[in-house]
Amino acid sequence: MNLILISLITLGAVGAVSAIILFFVAKKFHVYEDPRYDEVEAALPAANCGGCGFPGCRGFAVACVEAESLEKLNCPVGGNETMQKVATILGKTVAEAAPTVAVVRCGGTCDHRPRTSDYDGVKHCFIAHNLFSGESGCSFGCLGLGDCEVSCEFDAIHINPATKLPEVDEEKCTSCGACVKACPKLLIELRKKGPKSRRIYVSCRNEERGPIAKKSCDVSCIACTKCEKVCPHEAITITNNLAFIHDDKCTLCRKCVEVCPTNAIVELNFPPRKIKEPISSEAELVS
Amino acid sequence: MKTFRIGGIHPKENKFSAGKKIQTIELPKQVVIPLSHYIGTPSEAVIKKGDLVKVGQLIGKANGFISANVHSSVSGKVTKVDVQLDATGYKRPAVFIDVEGDEWLENIDKSSDIVRECTLPKDEILRRIQDAGIVGLGGATFPAHVKLTPPPGKKAESVIINAVECESYLTNDHGLMLEKAEEILIGIKIIMQVLDVKKAFIGIEANKPDAIKLLSNLAKNYTGIEVVPLKVSYPQGGEKQLIDAILRRQVPSGKIPIEVGTVVQNVGTVFAIYEAVQKNKPMIERIVTVTGKSAPNPGNYRVRIGTMLSELALDAGGVPEDTGKIVGGGPMMGRSLMTLDVPTAKGSAGILYIQKQESIRKPIQNCIRCTKCVTVCPMGLEPFLLMNQSERNMWPEMEANRTMDCIECGSCSYTCPSNRPLLDYIRFGKTTVGGIIRNRAVK
Repeated sequence: MNLILISLITLGAVGAVSAIILFFVAKKFHVYEDPRYDEVEAALPAANCGGCGFPGCRGFAVACVEAESLEKLNCPVGGNETMQKVATILGKTVAEAAPTVAVVRCGGTCDHRPRTSDYDGVKHCFIAHNLFSGESGCSFGCLGLGDCEVSCEFDAIHINPATKLPEVDEEKCTSCGACVKACPKLLIELRKKGPKSRRIYVSCRNEERGPIAKKSCDVSCIACTKCEKVCPHEAITITNNLAFIHDDKCTLCRKCVEVCPTNAIVELNFPPRKIKEPISSEAELVS
Repeated sequence: MKTFRIGGIHPKENKFSAGKKIQTIELPKQVVIPLSHYIGTPSEAVIKKGDLVKVGQLIGKANGFISANVHSSVSGKVTKVDVQLDATGYKRPAVFIDVEGDEWLENIDKSSDIVRECTLPKDEILRRIQDAGIVGLGGATFPAHVKLTPPPGKKAESVIINAVECESYLTNDHGLMLEKAEEILIGIKIIMQVLDVKKAFIGIEANKPDAIKLLSNLAKNYTGIEVVPLKVSYPQGGEKQLIDAILRRQVPSGKIPIEVGTVVQNVGTVFAIYEAVQKNKPMIERIVTVTGKSAPNPGNYRVRIGTMLSELALDAGGVPEDTGKIVGGGPMMGRSLMTLDVPTAKGSAGILYIQKQESIRKPIQNCIRCTKCVTVCPMGLEPFLLMNQSERNMWPEMEANRTMDCIECGSCSYTCPSNRPLLDYIRFGKTTVGGIIRNRAVK
């Protein structure tokens, strides 16, 4: 009985003294933190993906509070809605940013791109990229080993087993850019989502001359310059034997898709085309 | 017998083509001469489509400090300068030449007479080596003249000739030593003259007793050259391992052999230097071993640079039916080839056919912490740790654990009982960490 009492008193006394010391120490060394940090952080999606360029949502919240304007800050996951919330908390204004989405710029499915060798090494794109140029003749195309799939925290990109190419789930993609960094072939690009999710892009990265590119893959860009000529908005440029559509100039008129001889230019989410009359004589004259 | 002190393995030697005479294969109809080397900047083409070239004519000029000249290995007409898939698995610039006859430049001495005397001054010798585009034939194809010019303030005390050939299957250096022993010794004398050293060691593994005997007998006529027989162990042919085996000196991490007062040259390079200095012959051919357990005719072949490996394979009896993988080089350091339609480069040491049942990778299992990889690593690294860090993208930690010291010998992957792809991951980490270090240096 006595023993229990002594222990209780001693421990109680030690605890009380420590609590008093801790109380004063905490007072003395208190660090003032802007309460808005927590408020902003609470408004963020808490994905901690790093897509904004800061280490996690807390880092982004601190950056938002400290920054003079929200001009260059954007949370790709939350989008405009979240940024509006952040702006209201901080009493700042934010311009509406066009939502972006990841697109895979390779159309070399197994049918289009015959395999010339078999790779049985480590199933990791970066390791395969270190060793050789790929199982097909195209040294720019997708390796199909799924580094992008592993990198995605939102379950938005998956390798299609039939085509061995990654496919992006637009609903889930937050355009955080993790897959862009993960791809050793630099195939994935963040593009404007476009009205009604409609987009046009060149689904090829092959920088070889036309005949060589065509030999290794049926749907490669052969830099024939047809799209460049037909584009009324100068949105298409060709560098290193490869066409590129600038999404800020593109008006989605789909003229380039029609003229592309290899179907390397892809249109997404457009309604099916109306069946047109046979090519008019005028068009022939132009070409 | 001497050997290096840390790690090492002893894979089955399988030297089927040992002691076979070097055969010269027929001139091909077309050659594709690569303008790029394994390391360094690609050379710049100095000829254009339609030009007529002779054997030994300069077609690619060195472009930068670590780069070497490229010469035509045949006479004929240049059909194009384009990209060509090479043994690295990537398309790189190359010169395509259609062969017409076999016309050599007049100043090249084609005969097999031995020219013993070399009275040229040091600068002239170095200039000839540089002009001839000599690169290290050990595998890394580092330009020889750069290696023979020590950085200011550094002085070599000795030179080591790497005649170890520790890779299984390969016998091209062995064949060369048996046939060109005298020339090799003259080549060593020339290197000693350039570096102004009094001592040279030739390191040969004990599985080549005929070469040791021949070179030891001949070396008696040359002062300062000593043949050092070495205990068979892989990777003894690694520069740092060989220095440790012969001189018992350790090259510090991240430093080159001149730091411990020595320069290492491959025996094939020595022969090429002899030919360049004494016979004015640039690097236009090399010896390639074609071998494998079911190879119809394993042997050593003298091949003009730029000959397609498929033609060489055909001349050597064709590809055996049960081949699962074809490796360019030795079984440990070589790279698996995507196709045989790649040109012979200066660094191509061999074609190795691996049988189907042997070529299949075994399933990867968990690490059982047996530390076999740590025991065999010749650089004293911890491969299992580096692999784990590479898998988790821990680059600063990898750098701190000296991943850049890895010589990619593959001993760890060879010895792992769980078939873990240690080297694949370490090589991946090495590339990434190397990039980070270069970026830092630029900043």
